[in-house]
Amino acid sequence: MRHPFSYLLLALVLGGVLSALSDRIDPYHLDVLIGVGINVVLAVSLNLIAGHTGQFSLGHAGFMAVGAYAAAAVTIFLGPHLIGDAPSPGGLAENALFGAALLGGGLAAAAAGLLVGIPSLRLRGDYLALVTLGFGEIIRVLLQNFEPLGGALGLNGIPAYTTVFWVVATAAATVFTVGCLVRSTYGLGFLAVRDDEIAASAAGLDPARYKVVAFTAGAFFAGIAGGLFGHFKMTITPSGFDFSRSIEIVVMVILGGLGNTFGVILAAVLLTLLPELLRPVAEYRLVLYSLLLIGLMLARPQGLFNFRPRSPASRA
Amino acid sequence: MTEFLQQLVNGLSLGAIYALIALGYTMVYGVLRFINFAHSDVFMVGAFAGLYLAPLAPAGSILGGLLVVIGAMLAAGLLGVTIERLAYRPLRGAPTLNVLITAIGVSCLLQSAGQLVFGAAPRSFPVIFPARALSVGGLDFSSNQVVVLVVAISLVVGLRLIVFRTRMGAALRAVSQNPRAARLMGIDNDVVIRFTFALGSALAGAGGVLYAVNYPSIDPLMGVLPGLKAFVAAILGGIGSIPGAALGGLLLGLVETFVGGSQYSTYKDAIAFALLILFLLFRPAGLLGKTRVEKV
Repeated sequence: MRHPFSYLLLALVLGGVLSALSDRIDPYHLDVLIGVGINVVLAVSLNLIAGHTGQFSLGHAGFMAVGAYAAAAVTIFLGPHLIGDAPSPGGLAENALFGAALLGGGLAAAAAGLLVGIPSLRLRGDYLALVTLGFGEIIRVLLQNFEPLGGALGLNGIPAYTTVFWVVATAAATVFTVGCLVRSTYGLGFLAVRDDEIAASAAGLDPARYKVVAFTAGAFFAGIAGGLFGHFKMTITPSGFDFSRSIEIVVMVILGGLGNTFGVILAAVLLTLLPELLRPVAEYRLVLYSLLLIGLMLARPQGLFNFRPRSPASRA
Repeated sequence: MTEFLQQLVNGLSLGAIYALIALGYTMVYGVLRFINFAHSDVFMVGAFAGLYLAPLAPAGSILGGLLVVIGAMLAAGLLGVTIERLAYRPLRGAPTLNVLITAIGVSCLLQSAGQLVFGAAPRSFPVIFPARALSVGGLDFSSNQVVVLVVAISLVVGLRLIVFRTRMGAALRAVSQNPRAARLMGIDNDVVIRFTFALGSALAGAGGVLYAVNYPSIDPLMGVLPGLKAFVAAILGGIGSIPGAALGGLLLGLVETFVGGSQYSTYKDAIAFALLILFLLFRPAGLLGKTRVEKV
């Protein structure tokens, strides 16, 4: 990434072209494309936490849920007060509201990430994985019991604001921000914490701070992805953000290779397209997924799309 | 007061099942230091083994019921050993994260394969123990709850005898204290690990049948929540500690039953995880565990 800005610009232009052509593209392909984009955001944001900083998190769907609900609450409950009851579809007011809703979803999820990041200061490895899993489940149970947001039945009637441009732009912005963050001088701290926490603190870095920053930033983007998801599906239920959704995101990151942004993007694209291609054998899909995961760990633990030699430190 | 005692009985019989599953987690963690996520699905397979074995045993008798439990234990033990051989042994010495991910993969595999083989719809579990409604001093409970408690307690006592009174048990304790030193003393670590998986999985299989006896509807995803909660129980008691796992299981069963009986019943599933987070933050070693100091 010698010219990160040019990539960002390229992605935005691509998004603009796609949305200009969106009337001519088959709606099914457009839906798949939106799904791909949302998964890219999720996978890249988890990669910041799990891949770059080495904090294995099994609760990413929980952050996504917080973002989805917060963003939907903004457009449903605040929207009519701010832009009136019948805004012009695709108009400026509507898109501004959606942008604000996504930001709100992201911030709410970031707050949740901060909350999860704090226990991670004292825990590592599989204990941390369990705590994040527990947080994800607690968020789900709380949402199930929170009647103003639909309770167990879920929240319906979310306006369909998500367009292919929003998704591509968000995905590009996420990849750009995470990429720049990790490559910055500050960002080297994430890698140092992952490679050897004790050595990092001996070198004067504060591992606790890096972990909390990683969790908060990762959760922020997951929340935005949740907001996009909610305004794409138009209905969200707490059970849609359960443990298996978190695992799906984890599989993308593992498949692409922990800490390998390009591989993770590729894996997110592949794993979103695969179920569409596997529709004829849908019932074997999960069996194939799990066999893929096990086989990968046995044969190629550095990830399918990671062609750099394994650094000895990542074995720790 | 009657209601309190009633909930106590319910909580104990649920806790006994959590304890049986928690023992498998804690033993595997003791020797291999990783969370065997697939353990909860071994529990599920145990319940299904019971379902298929039930028609072969005399129905509604103590002996028939015990035969079903033993059959399910054998099936689950065999499955546990197979998983260890195929998925975990090739990863001996690999980073913990890789083993953890593999375990998640095995868990997903068992669930999705279970949905293909057993069908995704819930199946009703046959009556295998004589079912009678008992009433003692105003307390109503079923004979099944008594059976569950008695079987679970005898299994825990049996496990304790194996671990503390046999050569294999001594080897198991040695490996969990220090695998390298144990190997130097002539212990074959692989044999001990295989034995641990067999023992832990057999207990989970028994837990599966007992769970199905009390909550007579089983499906391929039934293991997920009890499995996670049992792992929480293992941490509450102190991971690696066998009495701790039993204690944690009972404690969690009681807390959950009392919350389930209160006005906060819809939060029942969150309680275990809230307890987990509190314990990990304030007493990560659990009730009976030892605090380890990390050395550089």
